[in-house]
Amino acid sequence: MEHILQFAWLIPLLPLLGFLINGLGRKWLSKSVIATIGSGVILASFVFSLILFLDVRAGQTGSGVVHYFDFIRVGNIHIPFDFQVDALSSLFLLIITGVGFLIHVYSASYMHSEPTEHYGRYFAYLNLFVFSMLLLVMGANFVVMFIGWEGVGLCSYLLIGFWFKNNDYNYAARKAFVMNRIGDLGFLLAVFWLFAKVGSVNYSDVFSSLQTLSGTDITIITLLLFVGATGKSAQIPLYTWLPDAMAGPTPVSALIHAATMVTAGIYMIARSNVLFTASPVTQTVITVIGLATALLAASIALRQNDIKKVLAYSTVSQLGYMFIALGTGAYVAAVFHVMTHAFFKALLFLGSGSVIHAMGGEQDIRRMGGLKGKMPITYWTFLIGCIAIAGIPPFSGFFSKDAILLSAFAHEGMFHQVVYYLALGGAMLTAFYMFRLFFTTFHGSFRGTHDQEHHLHESPAAMTIPLVILAILSIVGGWVGIPEIIMEGGERLSHFLAPVIPLSEGHTVSHRTEWMLMGTSTALVLLMIGLAWNRYAKYKEEKETALGKTLGNKWYVDELYDKVIVHPITSLGNWLEEGMERTGIDAIVNNVGRGVQYLSRQIRLVQSGQVGSYVLLMVVSILLFFVYQFFIKK
Amino acid sequence: MIAFLLILVPLIAGTLAFFLRNGQGARGLAMLSSLGTLGVALAAVLTKDAGSLAFSAEWLPMLGAKFSLQADGISRLLTLLTAAAYPLILASTWTHEYKNPNRFFGLLLLTQAGLMGVFLATDALLFYFFWELALVPVYFLCSTWGGERRIPVTFKFFIYTFAGSLLMLVGIIYVYSKTPDSSFAQTSFYQAVLSGGTQSWLFWLFFGAFAIKMPVFPFHTWQPDTYEQAPTAVTMVLSGLMVKMGLFAVIRWLLPLLPIGVNNWAVSASFLSVIGIIYASLIAMRQDDLKRLIAYSSIAHIGLMSLALFAGNETGIQGVVIQMFNHGINIIGLWIVVEWIEQQFGTRRMSELGGIAQQAPALAILFVIVALANIALPLTNGFVGEFLMFNGVFTSTAYDGNYTVMGRWHINASHLSLVFTVLAGIGIILSAVYTLRAIQKVLYGNVGERTGMVKDIRWNEKIALVVIVVVILVLGVYPQPMIEEAKQAVFDLLKETDLSTMIKK
Repeated sequence: MEHILQFAWLIPLLPLLGFLINGLGRKWLSKSVIATIGSGVILASFVFSLILFLDVRAGQTGSGVVHYFDFIRVGNIHIPFDFQVDALSSLFLLIITGVGFLIHVYSASYMHSEPTEHYGRYFAYLNLFVFSMLLLVMGANFVVMFIGWEGVGLCSYLLIGFWFKNNDYNYAARKAFVMNRIGDLGFLLAVFWLFAKVGSVNYSDVFSSLQTLSGTDITIITLLLFVGATGKSAQIPLYTWLPDAMAGPTPVSALIHAATMVTAGIYMIARSNVLFTASPVTQTVITVIGLATALLAASIALRQNDIKKVLAYSTVSQLGYMFIALGTGAYVAAVFHVMTHAFFKALLFLGSGSVIHAMGGEQDIRRMGGLKGKMPITYWTFLIGCIAIAGIPPFSGFFSKDAILLSAFAHEGMFHQVVYYLALGGAMLTAFYMFRLFFTTFHGSFRGTHDQEHHLHESPAAMTIPLVILAILSIVGGWVGIPEIIMEGGERLSHFLAPVIPLSEGHTVSHRTEWMLMGTSTALVLLMIGLAWNRYAKYKEEKETALGKTLGNKWYVDELYDKVIVHPITSLGNWLEEGMERTGIDAIVNNVGRGVQYLSRQIRLVQSGQVGSYVLLMVVSILLFFVYQFFIKK
Repeated sequence: MIAFLLILVPLIAGTLAFFLRNGQGARGLAMLSSLGTLGVALAAVLTKDAGSLAFSAEWLPMLGAKFSLQADGISRLLTLLTAAAYPLILASTWTHEYKNPNRFFGLLLLTQAGLMGVFLATDALLFYFFWELALVPVYFLCSTWGGERRIPVTFKFFIYTFAGSLLMLVGIIYVYSKTPDSSFAQTSFYQAVLSGGTQSWLFWLFFGAFAIKMPVFPFHTWQPDTYEQAPTAVTMVLSGLMVKMGLFAVIRWLLPLLPIGVNNWAVSASFLSVIGIIYASLIAMRQDDLKRLIAYSSIAHIGLMSLALFAGNETGIQGVVIQMFNHGINIIGLWIVVEWIEQQFGTRRMSELGGIAQQAPALAILFVIVALANIALPLTNGFVGEFLMFNGVFTSTAYDGNYTVMGRWHINASHLSLVFTVLAGIGIILSAVYTLRAIQKVLYGNVGERTGMVKDIRWNEKIALVVIVVVILVLGVYPQPMIEEAKQAVFDLLKETDLSTMIKK
């Protein structure tokens, strides 16, 4: 273990090198060199991650912490720059570099029409993004995590605003950064609180000093951390940046939604599971927010017509499910869903990219239709992604979603029963909106222009191969978490993660109930797919209803934020400048000055009113006196 | 001797510059002198010989004032900043033409000598002398080479800060009268016997002067105008270096001198600082003129530093020391960009700019990195100081006592530290808002009428900006050596400010 851990630093360093080479050499390197370097470093990182992962799996359990240098050491603050490699971080490393690599390969082709300089800039940002995410996951304390945490925020800003000539995109980028910053403040306050109460931010110190913390402290710390998570992982109230983030190139959306960024909040809470379990209040808050976000986003997705918007809201909604899992203490289920979601959401976004590519930039599904025959690989892989997210066995999404629903159901009491039924309802919505999207896009007849129809084509191999690999993963990826009742020796993921996330006791349901739950959810999902087929297999325009309009306009949340938060703040700024600064404070200062001048004129101390020159004369003479004393008199 | 050289080199070079006929020669002399001073400052940081960091000579024996200098860790960092800033300032404004360049550069160097003296003096009268010595040349620089409104703006700046200095002078003389050995020496000042009540009113004499200099809300109104009207090289000196005089003076001449007074007024001073952060940030969000935007952004940053000073603990003050250096470097970077923009397009209004990133990618990248340091992104130098300052404020025990608001809410010390931390934290959100807004309006979007034909930055600006960016990243990734440099000085300071030992005296 020692031996392999020594190379852990290579995993984030390689993408950083890729960033530097492509960033500095973007004017001189050719596109193929840029793409090779950009993807190559991630592949190399993936290989190292795989070696580490296998090593951890082979039973070198426990956590290996590698110390590099002291980042900050002063007073009671000691922050080592350390990495921690264990079951949880090694799993995330695989997801980030694995899915990340496929997205890089896909990008090499997707972005090919960009000028070389911007092509290089794109890959540099992409590598920096992966680097930041790796830092976030590998850090052995909350501050190193925070470095990566803000780093991914920066990279998302740079990539969302990649096409910087378009000011709408720039606004979306800024919105993402600022919303994340709001969450980050929560995270930072939690860090300060930890320093004040525990005196350390190292995971090992914090999680072992639970007894010394009061219940209130734990609740405050976990709530503050959760505020951070709502920003990064797009939960109410800070979720509105994520749907706008699709302004960036489509592979970037895949990266943000699947492999990096939004999974950060889930990772952080899973990492701190000991803390969160100790605070029932926080757990309830997380469950409620997660559920509300899951349902709100799912309802919005029902009426979006932009192919990427539907997927974006589906991400927000799926993240909500992960938070339900975290809130009900099913940390493994949340991590499990992160993994399967990474596969099928990357697949769906890259698939949508393939569609947009073929459609010459068109993103409105009302002007698509009948793409099935023209692009078969995209069609079939997209279908697999839809089935996986809808949750039909044996596709991956089924197992992870089932684990989440089960964890809600297994809790006693009214609250969790309500959570279960609402979450089940959300799952039905998911199946419906995903297949609405699928049928409208791929079935029926083509509704675009002749020109577009003429150009319809399947994407090149660099784009379809990642789709196929992700499709396979979307099918088999869930098998690591097959429940015990289906397969002897199942729940392999729980056992693997046990050193970080203790296996939970209690809260089990009978096998019969478990079978029944799985049967019910599968049947309901199939029913919803049937309904979607019935309604959207042949395209009919959707009727304008009040509810439909509200959903289409995303419940007017952006407008509400504008009115309630943004507008008052800018008005306050204006008032402060006009009312306070100019006519208030500065006027007083000026009047005091004038008053003194006036008085001095009255008492004839200053004849000309030129206070300035007199004062100046005075100062200069004082200075000259001092100089004289020093240099000459001696 | 090293300490004395830090003052002597710019003083002599500055005086010489006045007599040079050749403008370019004066510029060259200024650069040469600045590089020499930088070498001396580096020697001060690297030397192991403590004796060379102190200097003492007779000055005004009948008054008990000595020409004594001492470079402790905090002083060394600030003199290093002052020394490092000058070559950057001169290089980045290398192509700027001035009327009477010999006088311009002479005054600029005299200012540097004054600044060095302020950071090194261990005699209160000497400190006052340098405090004014730094001010006078700046007055001439602004009123001679400034913008259209330079006369009234500089007049106000001068009178305002000079009024503050006079308060301080009164304070110094009063403390002097209470020293055991009738001396202006720092050590005698620290031993002066001052009752709690005396310290309370003395506090405002000193803090008034320092607060105007920093500036802290509501004493800041001279600052945006002055930054706007001063020639950019002078704005860099003002914002990067001179504001540090106020912060440094609090560290050296207020916290250890009047610990009881500080204790009595810590909450009030902190409130002013926090209000200043929010107030300046909100106004910064509404600015169209880049210079004014940076001016208000700087008020917000200074507010945080002032807040952390009054937290009075090791982390907070270490954070301030680190941040004084980093803020100086970063804000000079911002001014270089603004200067370039103004030279290129003849405007600083963001509404008339846009799309520059397409034409000038090198500038865009460097500007973005400096801007990110301005919003304290981790792995930039801005993060380290802010992180420590926030920690200091959050764990501060300086906010004595209990307060009742509107007869209903009871607030104790730990509530206050939380309130201050959260309010200052809102400042870091707002800093992202206005900084990214500026980035977008200047660099992104489509090319405007004015921004069509642009050449990327020239070599001199590029060198300065690249050096700044390297400093930003190196100190952001590995800040510990810098912290070590100031550690002992901060430790000594805290010993002086400790109230429990104070009572024994």
